[in-house]
Amino acid sequence: MTARPIDPRTAPLRPTVAQRLGRWLSRYGLFVYTGLAIAYLMMPIAIMILFSFNKPVGKSNFTWVKFSLDAWLNPFGALGLQDAVVASLEVAFVSTLVATILGTLVGLALTRYAFRGRSATNLFIFLPMATPEIVLGASLLTMFVSIGQPRNLLTILIAHIMFNISYVVVTVRARLTGFPRHLEEAAMDLGATEWVTFWKVTFPLIFPGIMAAALLAFSLSIDDFVITNFTAGQTVTFPMYIYGSYRIGVPVQVNVIGTVIFLTAVGAVVVSTILQRRDRGA
Amino acid sequence: MGGPLRRFRFAVPYLLLAPGLLWLTVYYVYPAVQMFIASFWSGSLSQGYTFSLSNWTNYTDAIARYEEQFVRSIVFAGLATLLTFLISFPLAYTIAFRGGRYKNLLLFLVIAPFFTSFLLRVISWRTILGDDGLFLGPLKGAGVVPEDFRLLATPLAVITGIAYNFLPFMTLPIYVSLEKIDRRLLEAGQDLYAAPFMTFRKVTFPLALPGIFAGTLLTFIPAMGDYVNAELLGQTPSTRMIGNVIQSRFLVNNDYPTAAALSFVLMAGILVAVAVYARLLGTEELTSGV
Repeated sequence: MTARPIDPRTAPLRPTVAQRLGRWLSRYGLFVYTGLAIAYLMMPIAIMILFSFNKPVGKSNFTWVKFSLDAWLNPFGALGLQDAVVASLEVAFVSTLVATILGTLVGLALTRYAFRGRSATNLFIFLPMATPEIVLGASLLTMFVSIGQPRNLLTILIAHIMFNISYVVVTVRARLTGFPRHLEEAAMDLGATEWVTFWKVTFPLIFPGIMAAALLAFSLSIDDFVITNFTAGQTVTFPMYIYGSYRIGVPVQVNVIGTVIFLTAVGAVVVSTILQRRDRGA
Repeated sequence: MGGPLRRFRFAVPYLLLAPGLLWLTVYYVYPAVQMFIASFWSGSLSQGYTFSLSNWTNYTDAIARYEEQFVRSIVFAGLATLLTFLISFPLAYTIAFRGGRYKNLLLFLVIAPFFTSFLLRVISWRTILGDDGLFLGPLKGAGVVPEDFRLLATPLAVITGIAYNFLPFMTLPIYVSLEKIDRRLLEAGQDLYAAPFMTFRKVTFPLALPGIFAGTLLTFIPAMGDYVNAELLGQTPSTRMIGNVIQSRFLVNNDYPTAAALSFVLMAGILVAVAVYARLLGTEELTSGV
C-alpha cells in the first residue's frame, strides 16, 4: 500500500456542511434537546400564568381575548374560591405538621437503630406510595361509609396525613443515612446527656432534611385531588374547586391562585437551598 | 444518669415507630381490608349491604363488563410510560454527564413545573391542545389541517397529558442512577477502544437500569389509576380508562361492590405487572433503586 501525500490543492480546506452539522450536533445536540425539553415542561406553566391576565368573553378561559389585571386585583372574586383556598391551606398545614412529626420519628428509628422487623417496616412504608391514589381514596371512602363516619375536613386531613407519612419517611431516611455519629459521641464524651445531645447536635444536623420532607408533604397535600375527592364529602378544596368549575368554566382567578402557589413553592425551594448552602459553608 | 432509659433501650425504636405505623395501619391497611370485604357485598347504599362469599361473582362481572377500559388503561399507561422514558432519558443523561455546574439548576427547572396544581397543568394542556389553541389555531389558520380536526378528545391527548404529568417520576430516578456511575468505568471503556456508542450500550445503559426500573414503575402505576387526564382531555367513551369507571361507580352510582372489586383487580394487576417486570429485568439490586 502506498500512502499518498495529501495534496494541498485538492484537499478540502473546510469540512463539508454535513460534516459540520454532524460535529455541531454531537457537541451541542444534547444541550439543544435539553433546552427544548425544558421549554416543553415549562409551556403549560407559562400558559397558566399568561391566562391569569386574560379577560375572557363568557365563562371559559381557554382562548386569549385581551390583557387585563382584573383577576389579579380581585383574586377571590370568584364565588366559593376563597373558602376552597382556605380549606386547602388548613389541610396542608395541619397534615404537614402531623405527617412530618410521625414520619421523622419513623425515619429516625429506621436509620439509627437495628431492630427486628426493620426491613418489613421499610416495605410497609413503601406500600402506600406504590398504591394508585384512586385505590387509596376508594378504600378510605369504603371505610368511612362502613363505619358511618361523615366525610368532611377531618376525613380529608386523615387521608392527607396517611399518604404524606411515607413521603416524609423516605425523604428523612435519605438525608439521615451517612449521619456523622461521631459528633454525637463527642458531645456525650463532653458530658452532655442524651436529651441535650439530641437537641444541640442531632436535631440541628437533621433539620434541613426535615424541612425538605415538610416542603414535599405540603406541596403534595395542597395539590392532591384524587384522594381528596373521595374523602371530602361536601367540603371543597382548591383542586376540587378547579375540577368542579371545569364544566361551567374555570374562573380566571384560579390561574391567579395557581400562579401564586407556583411562585411561593419556587421561592421556598430557592430560600431553603440558599440556607442549606450557607449551613454547609459554615 | 438515664437508668430507666437504658433499661428500655431495646424499646426505643419501637416507640419511635409506633405512632406513624399505627396511623398507616388504621388508615391504610384497615381501609384496604374494608374494601376487600365490600367487594363481596350485595345490595345497595340505601337498602344496606350484605356480605357473602358467594358474591365473588362481583369480580367476574366487573371484569367482563369493564374489560375494554382495563385494556385501554394498560395500553394508555404503557404508551405514556414509553413516551416519558424517551423524553426523560436524554434529559437525565445530559444533566448527569454534561450538566457541569448547572446541574442543580437544570434539575430544578425539570421539577419546577410540578410545583403547581396537577389540575391546572391539565387545564393548561386543554388550552394548548384546544381546537383553536396554540398548535391548531395557527395550523388551521394556514389551512394545513382541516377546520374540524381535533387533538382534544383523542387518545393522543390523553396519553400525552399523562406522559407530561408523570415525567419527573421517570427523569429523577434515571438521573440518580446515571449520576452514581463511576466515571472511571466509562474511561476504561474508551481505553479499551470501545466506540462512544459501545461504551454507552455496554456500560452506561446497564448501570442506569435500576433507575429505569424505578422510573417505569413510578410512572406506570399512577398512570394506570389516573382518571383526571382522561376526564379533562378525553371526555369521550373511546378514552375512558379504568380510573374513570372506578371513580364514577364509587362517587356517582354508589355501586360500592363493583367499584371495590375493580379497585382490587387494578391493584392485583399492578402487583403482578411489577413482579413480572422485576423478574424480566433480573436481579434484586434493581429494586434497590426504588
